[in-house]
Amino acid sequence: MAPEPPLLSMSGITKSFPGVRALDGVDLDVVAGEVHCLLGQNGAGKSTLIKVLAGAHQPDGGTIRWRGEPVTLRSPIAAMRLGIATIYQELDLVEHLSVAENVHLGHEPTAAGFVVRRGAARASTARLLERLGHPEIDPARLVGELSAAQQQIVSMARALSHDVRLIVMDEPSAALDPDEVDNLFRIVGDLTAGGVAVVYISHRLEEIRRIGDRVTVLKDGRAVAGGLPAKSTPTRDVVALMTGRNVEYVFPERPAGPAAPVRPVLEVRGLAREGEFAPLDLTVHAGEIVGLAGLVGSGRSEILETVYGARKPTAGQVIVDGRPLKAGSVRAAVAAGLGLAPEERKAQALLMLESVTRNVSVSSLSRFSRAGWIDRRAELGAARAATRELSLRPDNPAVPVRTLSGGNQQKAVLARWLLRGCKVLLLDEPTRGVDVGARAELYAVVRRLADEGLAVLLVSSEVPEVLGLADRVLVLREGRVVHTAPAADLDEHRVLDLVMEGSPAS
Amino acid sequence: MTQPVSPPRGATDKAPPAGPRPAWSTLVFRADVRTLSLLGVLAALVAIGGITKPDEFLDTRNLQLVLTQASVIGVVTVGMTFVITSGGIDLSVGAIVALASVWATTVATQEYGFGGILFTAVLVGVGCGLVNGLLIAYGGMVPFIATLAMLASARGLALQITDGKTQIVTVDGILDLGERDAYVFGVPPLVLVFAAVTVIGWLVLNRTTFGRRTVAVGGNAEAARLAGIDVRRQRLYLYLLSGLCCGIAAFLLIILSGSGQNTNGNLYELDAIAAAIIGGTLLSGGRGTITGSVLGVLIFTTITNIFALNNLQSDVQQIAKGAIIVAAVLVQRRTASTT
Repeated sequence: MAPEPPLLSMSGITKSFPGVRALDGVDLDVVAGEVHCLLGQNGAGKSTLIKVLAGAHQPDGGTIRWRGEPVTLRSPIAAMRLGIATIYQELDLVEHLSVAENVHLGHEPTAAGFVVRRGAARASTARLLERLGHPEIDPARLVGELSAAQQQIVSMARALSHDVRLIVMDEPSAALDPDEVDNLFRIVGDLTAGGVAVVYISHRLEEIRRIGDRVTVLKDGRAVAGGLPAKSTPTRDVVALMTGRNVEYVFPERPAGPAAPVRPVLEVRGLAREGEFAPLDLTVHAGEIVGLAGLVGSGRSEILETVYGARKPTAGQVIVDGRPLKAGSVRAAVAAGLGLAPEERKAQALLMLESVTRNVSVSSLSRFSRAGWIDRRAELGAARAATRELSLRPDNPAVPVRTLSGGNQQKAVLARWLLRGCKVLLLDEPTRGVDVGARAELYAVVRRLADEGLAVLLVSSEVPEVLGLADRVLVLREGRVVHTAPAADLDEHRVLDLVMEGSPAS
Repeated sequence: MTQPVSPPRGATDKAPPAGPRPAWSTLVFRADVRTLSLLGVLAALVAIGGITKPDEFLDTRNLQLVLTQASVIGVVTVGMTFVITSGGIDLSVGAIVALASVWATTVATQEYGFGGILFTAVLVGVGCGLVNGLLIAYGGMVPFIATLAMLASARGLALQITDGKTQIVTVDGILDLGERDAYVFGVPPLVLVFAAVTVIGWLVLNRTTFGRRTVAVGGNAEAARLAGIDVRRQRLYLYLLSGLCCGIAAFLLIILSGSGQNTNGNLYELDAIAAAIIGGTLLSGGRGTITGSVLGVLIFTTITNIFALNNLQSDVQQIAKGAIIVAAVLVQRRTASTT
């Protein structure tokens, strides 16, 4: 065979958005049949790059060659016609349509040009699902009724319903359990064996080691390394390329010893929600950070939201400073001194159209008002003090909160509770969408708040984060606490063993 | 290691951005581009009116008429602006105005005189708002559906009360308010009420916890709930407020027309929504402007007046209104995407 040009060759791709240079001359070569991994921190340009590849964004400069021919990807349809399919992290399925209708959306098999042949659509969908190892998904079911993992399979079936040569997968394993991840890898293996190329985006280095062939590392909109061997490049080097540093996490030191008589602030007694998590007991003392470690689906976020009153428990109670809370009432929880920094910051915490000040003051409005009339000077002053306390950047609370980086948006949420004077801080995935540099700063902030007497309950899917930040760790598996220990007595492997096996050995 | 990546604390403790304090005038009249463009449109309309019918349009009596006509729909629009800002919609405003106006002008009510009419109009408005609010906030109904049902029912009830007849008001105190003698320095009392509602509405939306909560609920209801705001109670209050505005508007309409009719307030819901939207209030919620809404009302009322003076029929008016809504929203989309 004559030397074939790469399937896809992108060179010098640039793309700017108002105020941001998202891509600053990125090169990427993908050959048929390989798994090409894209690595980079949040904000490195991965998402923009795959949107250019999917035809969703038009690059400002650079060339894209497909099988050696220069092409312009004017629209997602143009990309699809060439055989490029993208499976986004946020699934783009229509919940109220069936599996088969979703798979064939936009290219339904028709009779007489417009009558959808439902039988044919279902049959071909069933074949695709079979090929993906999920014959149990009924093509006639509504997508909204499926689990997240099943929806991802449907998304993949949709990609394969086209004559696809290249599949882009954006963090496909993020919402999957370990055995589902194995199935995903099997599918990826099948695809590449058939000559299809896969561009695989993941934060998990161990996955890249398992299935990747080559790695391209992005940083600040540039490809800092292209085509590294995925299996043999040392982790140290990869992390160094991503961060420009050699350490991934920097955690603050824990206080030397337990401060004088510790006072329990948050007590959870037999709290349970049918079908989500089993009766749970836990206590968080003033100045203590307690971590909940577990996989997606282990009930972590559900526990936090139930403690906060956003979900109604089926049993048990939450006690703050010795007083039981009214069950299922966020307002009672807030009044008692609880504060939640939720997992989905933009959807659950922030008022994106509003300034930092208004986002910070929203839970303490009565403090700045008399008979409903807001003293805006007092409000601004308090918001400024709270955001400075957390070194929020920029140091101007009048800016719209949407212009802030992920880490600073999280600080705005923390400032809200700081201003409110809360006693218990519930943190759900506090560093999601926060880049590595800003993480260390957030960790320091959380530790300092604890040192000042706050009780902190932390949930994170990143085991090193729980181990590094918390004083005490509860390991969860399928809604049940399987192990409790001081963080110092655990290591990452031990926790991963526990969350996967659930055997509380020793 | 405790080592924040940011600059050391000392650097953050400096004084806030220095510079001269803004003068009072810039604080008060810190009008944004959107408000200025609405003022520009209004000025252009006044110019058109002044050029096409110099004697009639700029006549004091005509300007008084325009403002009086704007008052009724204007009061409704202020309430509507709150509801839309909270992410809701109130389709029942026109029907509530009709029901309140006929209930307040029945023979039985008129026996109680001025106070009876005012009290009944406001009470009927608030009562309808209460039903809307309870259905939406605590019954979990979509605002569109709940207020659509109220639209149908209130119109039906208004027809039942009047049997389709016009109820003439015989209470002198009411009729006097519509007379020129009642004008305060040339300003009709109706316009004063509209002005008062506007000022109070602006203050409530921009300077009170109620306004903040309204914006928060509209911007992100889930975030508002998790921040400890009682979202349901806030929604209830908002529909009560809209109902209250409808009751006041019904009272103004009774003064203006000297009667109560079941056909009153026809399509007010669309006029109020249109005025709020061209004013810059987001239909999806989270941003609302009373100033913009009032300018929107004045623009629409002025167009109607100019067209009437030039003997153009209402069909042409309707087409022009539609075109203005489209143009205003397109301009807003453009300005929103460039900022």
